Amino acid sequence: MGTDGGDLTVATSDLRRSFGAKVAVDGVDLSIGRGEIYGFLGPNGAGKSTTVRMLCTLLRPTGGRAMVAGFDVARHPLEVRTRIGVALQEAALDDTQTGRELLELQGRLYGLRSAEIKTRLATVLALVDIGDAIDRRIGTYSGGMRRRLDLAAALVHNPEVLFLDEPTTGLDPVSRRSVWYEVRRLNRELGMTIFLTTQYLDEADELADRVGIITGGRIVAEGTPAELKRDLGDDLVVVELVGDTLVGDSPVGPADGGGDAGGHGEQRSVAGLAEALGRLPEVDGVVVEQGRLVVRTADGPAALSPVALALHRLGAPVRGLTLRTPTLDDVFMELTGSHIQQEEERQ
Amino acid sequence: MTSTGLPLPSLAAAEASGDAIRARPSGYLRDVATVAGRALRQVPREPASVLPAVFVPAFFYAVNLGALERLAPSSVDYKAFLLPMAIAFAVTGMSRAPSLVTDIQSGYFDRLCMTPVRRGALLAGLMVADVAVVVALCLPVLVVGFSVGVGFRTGFLGVLAFVGFSALWGFAFTGFPYAVALRTGSPAAVNACFVAFFPFFFLTDGLAPRHALTGWFSAIATYNPITYLLGALRELISGGWQPGALLQGLLAVAGIAVVSMSLALLALRSRVRHAA
Repeated sequence: MGTDGGDLTVATSDLRRSFGAKVAVDGVDLSIGRGEIYGFLGPNGAGKSTTVRMLCTLLRPTGGRAMVAGFDVARHPLEVRTRIGVALQEAALDDTQTGRELLELQGRLYGLRSAEIKTRLATVLALVDIGDAIDRRIGTYSGGMRRRLDLAAALVHNPEVLFLDEPTTGLDPVSRRSVWYEVRRLNRELGMTIFLTTQYLDEADELADRVGIITGGRIVAEGTPAELKRDLGDDLVVVELVGDTLVGDSPVGPADGGGDAGGHGEQRSVAGLAEALGRLPEVDGVVVEQGRLVVRTADGPAALSPVALALHRLGAPVRGLTLRTPTLDDVFMELTGSHIQQEEERQ
Repeated sequence: MTSTGLPLPSLAAAEASGDAIRARPSGYLRDVATVAGRALRQVPREPASVLPAVFVPAFFYAVNLGALERLAPSSVDYKAFLLPMAIAFAVTGMSRAPSLVTDIQSGYFDRLCMTPVRRGALLAGLMVADVAVVVALCLPVLVVGFSVGVGFRTGFLGVLAFVGFSALWGFAFTGFPYAVALRTGSPAAVNACFVAFFPFFFLTDGLAPRHALTGWFSAIATYNPITYLLGALRELISGGWQPGALLQGLLAVAGIAVVSMSLALLALRSRVRHAA
């Protein structure tokens, strides 16, 4: 479901939040249309969860403005709370209750009458697929079941906007896929707007209509996954090198009028290899990464042979050549100069 | 797209019957009842939180009776004299504050705060549940008292007033552990709360009649509000309906309640003040 630009469900303007001297969110602007799945992508500590907590009325912004479902989160938090569902990073549940008791309690706190709660439970239980365990104590649930129950609790009151803060962190691949399926289903069948924060690039790629990439409290890029990847070029040729030959780490752009990528047998540093490949007419740019070269090109199949020949002439110790399309990780690398996992380790 | 592999029904179809259902703020009393209901459901599932309050006061009552009864003047019915102290021990500090700490630590408190529930109801609901538990805890101690021959000069109404007074005291005190829970989010600090107040129970005429107290001990007991709580309870057992003693007891409980509730409400405000 795409963006309806004239019907924004989440809109922020210069949204800021500081904790003492530390600026966690530094002027975030968001415009999310009704029925959209918006992926908020960034490493740990980038400001994702702080942004979500402000949008969910758990944290007051220290600057800027945020509107959710048509209401200002600072001025009308009660109106916002009745219209949003939230599943935070850690499944926030009460282990002493059964799943059913927890959902019924949620329903009552949202002002639903008994008959309404019964109706809503039928709907959300059809979604979360917990089976007979719904009448067991939550303390006995597996991680995946806790996530699904958390999701059900966020949906009991039929919210307009669903915030999912890293919904699959810590889940096994099967449970992750299951959550993805449920998110898609909610959006497709009910038209629910979904704000999804994630540190998993494949998750954003799989689910989001649009993606905002945040790092250091600022959004550094925004668009559909396809748009973001298209900006990098249509294809990537990844050159895996043998041994620890890394010398340089700078992106190298295409050279003017190049064609000669160096003489046969000439030994070069990795930076030199990148520079030489960058002079090929088929190549749009080269990025040096840990032990490999990533060659951007508009036409991967056409560039593969020239790149391979050039590497042969240069005597490069090549372990493998891979042709693939760009991923959001490549986008993140292009924008921040590091991979998302490296950024997490740094922070 | 990955399927769960299960024949799940269409959400749209399920939604059709409940599409008009939308959240709205509930009434304050309904919020309180909902929070209290959850708290009461938890009690039998965490028996360790109440069992000590059943057995320790009964044990304390039996031991003190055995050790001190012969020392008491013959004019004093020591079995009746000691019963208020046992009740005060049973109900003081009986609160759901430890479970509130668990909610804070697990993030469930945040989930509750993201609902339209009134913030005050989150606290009031727990306190209502505490009062119900306190009333229940009075019963075994009273049974022990009756079984050793304690009788109420004020009759059945006096027993009800005795339980009511105890419940009021339990309610008045419970603000302290909630204040600590909300301020610190620490289970150890909550547990320490009762220990911190423990000496105040002994600096009273709970174990010996007032006229038997001397010096600094007597002076402290005179200004200790718990002395007047115990005095009111004692009058209901052996003195009859004494308006002066009952009023003093009520004022003492009210004074403690004002202090503890103020601290609890300030702590709640502090806990949620960063929220929108």
